[in-house]
Amino acid sequence: MDLLRFATAGSVDDGKSTLIGRLLYDSKAIFTDQLESVERTSQQRGDEYTDLSLLTDGLRAEREQGITIDVAYRYFATPRRKFIIADTPGHIQYTRNMVTGASTADLAIVLVDARKGMVEQSRRHAFLVSLLRVPHLVLAVNKMDLVDWSQEVFESIEKEFSSFATKLDVPDLTVVPISALHGDNIVSRSPNMPWYEGPSLLHHLEHVHIASDRNLVDVRFPVQYVIRPQSLQRTDYRAYAGQVAGGVLKAGDEVMVLPSGFTTRIASIDTADGPVGEAFAPMSVTIRLEDEIDISRGDMICRPHNQPAVAQDIDAMVCWMAETPLAPGQKLAIKHTTRSARALVKELQYRLDVNSLHRDDTATQLGLNDIGRVRLRTTVPLLADEYRRNRQTGGFILIDESTNRTVGAGMITSAS
Amino acid sequence: MTIHEYQLSQLDYLEAEAVHIFREVAAELERPVLLFSGGKDSIVMLRLAEKAFWPAPMPFPVMHVDTGHNFPEVLEFRDRRVAELGVNLVVASVPDAIERGLVAEEPNGSRNRIQTPVLLEAVEKHRFTALFGGARRDEEKARAKERVFSFRDDFGQWDPKNQRPELWNLYNGRIHLGESIRVFPLSNWTELDVWHYIQREEIAVPSIYYAHDREVFERDGMLFANNEFCRPREGETTFVAKVRYRTVGDASLTAAVRSDADTVEKVIEEIAATRLTERGATRGDDRVSEAAMEDRKKEGYF
Repeated sequence: MDLLRFATAGSVDDGKSTLIGRLLYDSKAIFTDQLESVERTSQQRGDEYTDLSLLTDGLRAEREQGITIDVAYRYFATPRRKFIIADTPGHIQYTRNMVTGASTADLAIVLVDARKGMVEQSRRHAFLVSLLRVPHLVLAVNKMDLVDWSQEVFESIEKEFSSFATKLDVPDLTVVPISALHGDNIVSRSPNMPWYEGPSLLHHLEHVHIASDRNLVDVRFPVQYVIRPQSLQRTDYRAYAGQVAGGVLKAGDEVMVLPSGFTTRIASIDTADGPVGEAFAPMSVTIRLEDEIDISRGDMICRPHNQPAVAQDIDAMVCWMAETPLAPGQKLAIKHTTRSARALVKELQYRLDVNSLHRDDTATQLGLNDIGRVRLRTTVPLLADEYRRNRQTGGFILIDESTNRTVGAGMITSAS
Repeated sequence: MTIHEYQLSQLDYLEAEAVHIFREVAAELERPVLLFSGGKDSIVMLRLAEKAFWPAPMPFPVMHVDTGHNFPEVLEFRDRRVAELGVNLVVASVPDAIERGLVAEEPNGSRNRIQTPVLLEAVEKHRFTALFGGARRDEEKARAKERVFSFRDDFGQWDPKNQRPELWNLYNGRIHLGESIRVFPLSNWTELDVWHYIQREEIAVPSIYYAHDREVFERDGMLFANNEFCRPREGETTFVAKVRYRTVGDASLTAAVRSDADTVEKVIEEIAATRLTERGATRGDDRVSEAAMEDRKKEGYF
């Protein structure tokens, strides 16, 4: 059994909570005591129906105000797959939360209300999915029951969305007509929409092919921790622990260590369960090299003929997540793979309007939840790839050095 | 693992993620400690920590916040496991703290809430900056929103509305003096994942997790063991039933469930079919209010 991580985007009005409630309920991931507690709260509040959003809105303030504050993670499994849902709220802190949820997602579901069709928010959702390079996008056209299961309505939304998606460079788009409330096309194909020939939503989630989404070409192994047992039996053991970020590593492979540029071979790939023949993302392994080279945390093991950029000038799309705006001249801490450095904001090239995709190059700062293209200069070189080539070696976070808060997320567009 | 397809199984994925988290903390934070209760989640954590640094020993001690309300089987298990691994064990004792006047016994006898100041005192005394906890997001609603690296201020408080965004596998472990990070390597695991892992890794767990005969009585629809911490009240009668524990906590308020599952395979079968969450089925403490866990967490609970 493998695992699929997906993010859901849409507001409460689009029926997102109902959809998640439906997936959890139909896969038996909602338990009787959870349901009873939700029913109790709904009754106490005088709701006319059991509000399934209470299943995901776990914090007191959320239940009191009827809003979702933060990304909630939900879990369910079918005999084929385990699923992790990052449920991102529709209103408050929208961009920040969706960027967070999408950063680890293999797939994103964007919901639209069939009666309303594409709205501004749907465009924003689709854009963020593409910005974060989520490999698979599902447009779920919900509330089909309220448009008399109309093929025509569905197809016009599908057409409009698809033409927008081509501008965004979305690798894989699937459009499914559903009724989350009644369960149509959720687990099994709906008898109400015989004209729809595609898979049910759950069938798609269970079968979508994700093995080839990871980068298996460019070997990238950020050194995370040096393992040197201080014991008499293993005086000579020295190895480099980390999580593979790309490519396939094999014992005997010739490798290069950056930034030093030394080359050597992989002696063995160790785990506590014994050596393995190959390692690929996202395996956590320990690599022993044939030669003794000075290597520390933050270094990168790659192949001599396939290296990341060793760069201090970084261009990136940055999503800003703090109240205090980002402006040129600022100094921030940056964390990229296992490497930490300081970064100077050299230039704000433009701010992007996420609704119209218009680039405002007169912008002088990025406010909370703004996205823009930024040039950074780092104190030490980063060992970086373009984000579109590798999400692990192309993504970074920015940290405010005085408050220690995570204030930005960056996706590298070029590094030199 | 199906290497030829370059796709990890869900357990391999979860293991790789947890190992990464352990190493990240050891690399970035100065004085980590692993909270070990002898419960199944902390036992699995211990195994993962062992794997993360192999063949070197895990580079941090373990700490038990001892409520004094223990199941003897669990305490015995704790001591055996710690000896096997050769790690240091720090015990933060609630009975001792009551004697010293740091905390006072609650009217209902539960030590769930008063263990928080005891934990915080130990953190301060040993200057721990990172605490590994076995909490999982599937356990409880407030936990569903918690980060893997959960920031705590100098009072050990959690501010759910003000959490650090967590992207990719990049964790922000930066803190000021006096602050700390709670780290949850099992965030993405479910109860079933934990048991599948126990099965796959052939991990020993205390015997009370498997079905056994025990003298119990019924209270609020739950079965409590008749022991020194928990006696039947008037009108409650004891009887012997075949039970097991789904969670192991304060022995005065952790209930057992009727079960015939005396092997790991049967436990997995039972959990896959159950319609009650482990906390809903067995924890008197979480029934107090809709936000009981959130309130405890804000005060510095795990």
